[in-house]
Amino acid sequence: MASAAVTPTRMELTRQKKRLATATRGHKLLKDKRDELMRQFMDLVRENMALREKVEAGIRAANANFVIAKAGMSEESLRVAFMAPRQEVYLETSTRNVMSVDIPVFEYKTRTADSNDIYSYGYAFTSGDLDAAVKSLADILPDMLLLAEREKACQLMAAEIEKTRRRVNALEHVIIPEAQQNIKYITMKLDENERSTQIRLMKVKDMMLEEAHHYKERQQA
Amino acid sequence: MYKIAVLGDYDSIYGFAALGLDIFPEEDPEEAAKKLHELAGGGYAVVYVTEKLADQLDGVIEKYRERVFPAIILIPGVSGNTGRGVESVRKSVEQAVGSDILFSK
Repeated sequence: MASAAVTPTRMELTRQKKRLATATRGHKLLKDKRDELMRQFMDLVRENMALREKVEAGIRAANANFVIAKAGMSEESLRVAFMAPRQEVYLETSTRNVMSVDIPVFEYKTRTADSNDIYSYGYAFTSGDLDAAVKSLADILPDMLLLAEREKACQLMAAEIEKTRRRVNALEHVIIPEAQQNIKYITMKLDENERSTQIRLMKVKDMMLEEAHHYKERQQA
Repeated sequence: MYKIAVLGDYDSIYGFAALGLDIFPEEDPEEAAKKLHELAGGGYAVVYVTEKLADQLDGVIEKYRERVFPAIILIPGVSGNTGRGVESVRKSVEQAVGSDILFSK
């Protein structure tokens, strides 16, 4: 075991005891962190899944609309229609700290406030279905951004949970038992040394007494 | 001030141009990977990638998984849903819990 590496001294014993105390405290804290992260992750990931289903259904529907719209007009006029978008979307980003994980928060801004600016074309050469298709896509954009935020948060938290779990396990199964083992080894070794000193002293005392009083010679006489 | 990009085949993503997202039609995986790296370094906080394209960009997307920006989010394309987006959520659960206890059927 690792005990071969430690020197059985009092100083080392104090060091190992301190290590054990720190490890135990760290283990408890990390375990709490893991549990709380897990609790929040569960809520978040459920929300993530619900949003994803909603967004996927929305995009699928929008795509179907676009196919219909495309069928009613020529490829060129379609491309021309989307060539110069009037609207632009910007994101203001910040991060929020959840249990030491920085998760992103998006706030989106559009260049123009007018919600009709999503139609970047004149209506003369495009089919009416196209307007509906664009509208259906515009309607799910807020959800898409929310999904991006949640999904990223889930990914980051999952990574953090994994890391924390590893740390908890390493402390629980390696560091703490190792420290306990070392402490036991050192204590036993020190006790052993103490006993051997005691015996040596008793022996020396016997010898000195023998020297002074010559018990053995007297017995023979 | 960050922008939003959409990456995929033209037919799947042209609608997003109208909403004001930047679209980058790419179908070749190598070109797309290059583009993705470029976008990640170039002020895009969210990149939507079609699932079909994402199938071929596994390693690149994985690389950005643990970074805060950009968030790479998979969306279904015009050719349908490959289930990869849902798969990525499952993967998060698996990574966190150890096994998929929430969405496994």
